[in-house]
Amino acid sequence: MENCLRQPVVLLQVWFSVMIGFIMIPAMFGLSLGVTSVYIQILVKILEWATLRIERGHRERSTLPVPAPLPFGLIQREGGSMEQEMGELRRYRTQSISRGEFALSDSFYFYIKGLESIVDDQVTQRFSSEELVSWNLLTRTNHNFHYISLRLTVIWGLGVIIRYCVLFPLRITLAIIGLTWLVIGTTLVGFLPNKRLKNWLSELVHLMCYRICARGLSATIQYHNKENKPQKGGICVANHTSPIDIVILANDGCYAMVGQSHGGLMGVIQRSMVRSCPHVWFERSEMRDRNAVTSRLRAHVAAKTNLPILIFPEGTCINNTSVMMFKKGSFEIGGTIYPVAIKYDPRFGDAFWNSAKYNMVNYLLRMMTSWAIVVNVWYLPPMTRREGEDAAQFANRVKSAIAHQGGLLDMAWDGSLKRAKVKEEFKEQQQKMYSSMVMGKKGRNSQEHLFCIHHSCVVNRV
Amino acid sequence: MGSRASTLLREEEIEEIKKETGFSHSQITRLYSRFTSLDKGENGTLSREDFQRIPELAINPLGDRIINAFFPEGEDQVNFRGFMRTLAHFRPIEDNEKNKDPTASEPLNSRSNKLLFAFRLYDLDRDDKISRDELLQVLRMMVGVNISDEQLGSIADRTIQEADQNGDNSISFNEFIKVLEKVDVEQKMSIRFLH
Repeated sequence: MENCLRQPVVLLQVWFSVMIGFIMIPAMFGLSLGVTSVYIQILVKILEWATLRIERGHRERSTLPVPAPLPFGLIQREGGSMEQEMGELRRYRTQSISRGEFALSDSFYFYIKGLESIVDDQVTQRFSSEELVSWNLLTRTNHNFHYISLRLTVIWGLGVIIRYCVLFPLRITLAIIGLTWLVIGTTLVGFLPNKRLKNWLSELVHLMCYRICARGLSATIQYHNKENKPQKGGICVANHTSPIDIVILANDGCYAMVGQSHGGLMGVIQRSMVRSCPHVWFERSEMRDRNAVTSRLRAHVAAKTNLPILIFPEGTCINNTSVMMFKKGSFEIGGTIYPVAIKYDPRFGDAFWNSAKYNMVNYLLRMMTSWAIVVNVWYLPPMTRREGEDAAQFANRVKSAIAHQGGLLDMAWDGSLKRAKVKEEFKEQQQKMYSSMVMGKKGRNSQEHLFCIHHSCVVNRV
Repeated sequence: MGSRASTLLREEEIEEIKKETGFSHSQITRLYSRFTSLDKGENGTLSREDFQRIPELAINPLGDRIINAFFPEGEDQVNFRGFMRTLAHFRPIEDNEKNKDPTASEPLNSRSNKLLFAFRLYDLDRDDKISRDELLQVLRMMVGVNISDEQLGSIADRTIQEADQNGDNSISFNEFIKVLEKVDVEQKMSIRFLH
């Protein structure tokens, strides 16, 4: 009886180890057996078929149209400034707008703007996952899709089995191996005294581990414009969607990480990484002191032999449909900025970490049970601060470049609106603008487009 | 393989809302999506905090008034029906509606209903009159700290003088309509929905 059970178990173990070996060893040397690309191609074909089938199903099922997601929002807004709109509202009056005064219809402007933002605003949707055009056969993205056909359900069921029972154990094992090797490898390298050998080995170890981790997520990464890769002594700046961004970028080069020092498992990893090459970990108390942070980073950048720092100036994870305000702190350090745009393909898995909804472990589990992670990484040409440009303007310039390259919306709103309330001063600005209209002041400054911040977006889907 | 959002909104409900508000089927579904995305507590109703979380609304000087308009007297939660009913005021007026059955009640988005909505945003205590104080309150919200009390007071007085016809020093709904009779309310108090 026991022997009957033993054989399949042994077979399973052997098969498992062979699979791991096949995946890990090429990964360590940056080679690929091409299995993942074949997998992705098959997936694409299946998803396309599923899309067509769903569309057909909808058409057959009902005569009512299925609401397709509108890329530019639910409503069409007036693009005019406060003055223009008020002027139109006040046309019925004999006084011209430069004479000022109040009209009962002035409030209509604010009502409409308020109601438009209730129906559809540009900010709150950035903090939840992007809605897909067509269902990609994952339960978690199923919002508006009904039962269509048996075949579709069967494929979905198969998908569940493959993802949870085949892919997931493989991926977890790879991830564990990757992280363990990272800790052991970097600690070992840390014992070496020799500078050059140490650096070379440390880079090798880091690269290998991140590659294994990337395999652990079935990540297919396409790097563009590799000639612009961040150099030593520079600062690498990218848009932030998830903690996986680090793995994605580190697959193609070594970076010095910047962040808070944690306890527990993260702390162990952080401490061992620092042994082999300098990363910048801050204590929580240090983080509050902006000057201390800036000077430490400046010192790191100044030593030209240090690896480029990796910073995410948005400060929080955004859902990869837009780029939100870049905090100017990173742009005050000086040095050359190497912008990088990261765009995930949402069909294969939702990479966005909604930290309000899921904690890190939950998030990683969801990542490992997605189909795959398909990413495009663009290295942009290096930028430096121009004469007479202050840090905030420079930050905006870099942000626009990244948004433009990645096909993301360029927004001026602050990513911290995810959790914090919007500052009172924006409301006060509105009030001030309106007051100057009421008082009929001449020569007002033309910062008229407060409500239209989102209208200055560059929408350029690649 | 059911869906989360649509199973909570049945076909009959959509039909009822359609009849009451005049929104199309797809508009109702989309707005329901929006409603659920604002409903962080996931209990089928929106509270004032849910509205405040919209940054563009939070910086609107009259934001609080607008939010109040959604909540019926003394209540703290608004359900989807109530949400749609308020939004229905801002649907554009379509031509074919003007020929509809005259015995049917006036649609929510008629010109006078739109003006009534705006009137009620001024007239907080619902006594069908905009008093000097109520006008001052709205003015203060719109200008913030940038205009002095005296100046604001004289602006309010002038506005009431212009509009008041029966000399009771406040603006009634009819007087309100009269002042605004040349305003293109259909266009200025409507939200253009993309289909």
